[in-house]
Amino acid sequence: MLELIDVKKTFNPGTINAKKALQGVNLHLNPGDFVTIIGGNGAGKSTVMNAIAGVWPIDSGIIRIDGKEVMSLPEYKRAKYLGRVFQDPMMGTAATMEIQENLAIAARRGKHRTLRWGISSAEKKKFREQLAILNLGLEDRLTAKVGLLSGGQRQALTLLMATLNEPKLLLLDEHTAALDPKTAKKVLELTDSIIQEKKLTAMMVTHNMKDAIAHGNRLIMMHEGKIIFDVSGEEKKALTVEALLAKFSQSSGQEFASDRALLS
Amino acid sequence: MLGDYFNSLPAAVAQGIMWGIMAIGVYITYKILDIADLTVDGSICTGGAVCAVLITNGQPMWLALVAATVAGMLAGLLTGVFHTFMGIPAILSGILTQLILWSVNLKIMGGANLSVPAARYNLLIARLDLNRSIIILEIFALVLIAVLYWFFGTEFGASIRATGANLNMSSAQGINTSLTKIIGLVLSNGIVALSGALVCQYNGSATITMGQGAIVTGLAAVIIGEALFGWLCRNNFALKLIVVVIGGIIYWVVYNTVIFMGLDSNLLRMTAALLIAVFLAAPHLKNKYFSNAAIAEKKALKEQQKAAKKESKKAGKNSGKEVA
Ligand SMILES: Nc1ncnc2c1ncn2[C@@H]1O[C@H](COP(=O)(O)OP(=O)(O)O)[C@@H](O)[C@H]1O
Ligand SMILES: [Mg+2]
Repeated sequence: MLELIDVKKTFNPGTINAKKALQGVNLHLNPGDFVTIIGGNGAGKSTVMNAIAGVWPIDSGIIRIDGKEVMSLPEYKRAKYLGRVFQDPMMGTAATMEIQENLAIAARRGKHRTLRWGISSAEKKKFREQLAILNLGLEDRLTAKVGLLSGGQRQALTLLMATLNEPKLLLLDEHTAALDPKTAKKVLELTDSIIQEKKLTAMMVTHNMKDAIAHGNRLIMMHEGKIIFDVSGEEKKALTVEALLAKFSQSSGQEFASDRALLS
Repeated sequence: MLGDYFNSLPAAVAQGIMWGIMAIGVYITYKILDIADLTVDGSICTGGAVCAVLITNGQPMWLALVAATVAGMLAGLLTGVFHTFMGIPAILSGILTQLILWSVNLKIMGGANLSVPAARYNLLIARLDLNRSIIILEIFALVLIAVLYWFFGTEFGASIRATGANLNMSSAQGINTSLTKIIGLVLSNGIVALSGALVCQYNGSATITMGQGAIVTGLAAVIIGEALFGWLCRNNFALKLIVVVIGGIIYWVVYNTVIFMGLDSNLLRMTAALLIAVFLAAPHLKNKYFSNAAIAEKKALKEQQKAAKKESKKAGKNSGKEVA
């Protein structure tokens, strides 16, 4: 479903600020894979996500989504294949627009936007049903501005928007990191159930090792722009936080640099 | 004396609607797209110039108005291309187009002004027939608002609104934000040029300076309308646009009143600009100094500083002991 072959990216090349953010990333995801991604701050986790999404062009390498090379497609064209949820709850929704307007925009991802009316009554009914599944009481607030929602509600809505049109690949970049623990847990459960129900292929960056172990069928660890550890199946199920930390220092020759990962 | 004042009111209303139509154009860029577009100072004159040339050449009124609108759209297209494809910041893009239009407008008019006296040509609106002019202007404004209400409710229109509301979200949802920005600028400047065509008929001439400071007038209309009647609109887009036009009328009525009271009209632009500065700054200042969060933050900071002082005093004593 996703293929990354020797993907490289250097930011600010040729300057003193040059940063080799991706140093040859290789990854192959099968349909239905749910991969969790961990790694220290600055390991390149978000950069991989952005490379796939086409936020900027990569320097070299191949990116295939569903067998199609997408390197030359701009971000808005790749959006056809991708659902994305970001760390910042503000980033995924339009605060000054209504809940139903946000959903209507998302319902047209990958489709031609015409001069037909922007939202149909059949859609409104559908949105109400879908929002009810979130169990946040949003189904009665279709015309409320998204800016009135809490961070958790906005992330849940972004998640719904990302999966409204089934994406070939769902990209979740620390999408619960800005939420309080209780809300984070709820959004994570929601994520799990949506991925399972729609049988989505997904990548989820998290700084929480327990979450990384508990969710998905595969786990990869990144360090300095490379994938240094990749487990799946039974081996992943048997992982412990201690084992992961040991693996990290063994593969990287360093202590795991994120306090957050240890604390949570 | 007071009679004179009241006699001048219909003129203020007519001007208010004309500039209110222009302010709708400003609303599209400033409020919907979140772009401060300075093209308008030039495109309003472009609209006036094209209209004046066609009328003086004996072309029909409808053609003059359509051509003026299209000319403004091209100006918006140029700004849009500067901004999106060439990556020039929006403000600078608008200023560049404005400079280009200065030359273009002079070329179109063949000089610094071109008169279209109502006595000689069959104009749509004229200073001497205010009642008729006001009715016609009202129709223009209402039809325009109806069309925009429809357009921004469509799938494509909604994607323009989304672009202004959240660029990141829009790209992630597959919106070509370069295209939506360009179309927004095209639409906006088309409307601005149309208002220029109306203004030139009202004034009986197009002049190269007719658009100078137009952006200030437009922003003033948007801001005045929103400040006074924003609460009435709830979420209704058509009402919001009507309020913009009302803002334009109020601006001109106030302008008239101020002049009537004998104030120096040279100071008007400055006063308007300062007023706009205050209105624009208000939300920022409120957030920064008067919101609950800001007040709590200040309190916390003070307490922190107090605690830190205590700590350092203690530490000072302790280290003193150690040394001893
Ligand atoms: N747009 C950018 N411009 C310059 N440097 C960047 C950019 N995005 C990321 N980087 C740098 O690339 C490295 C990897 O960043 P990132 O992928 O965000 O790390 P993380 O694994 O914490 O998500 C960091 O050193 C970061 O500073
Ligand atoms: Mg990151």
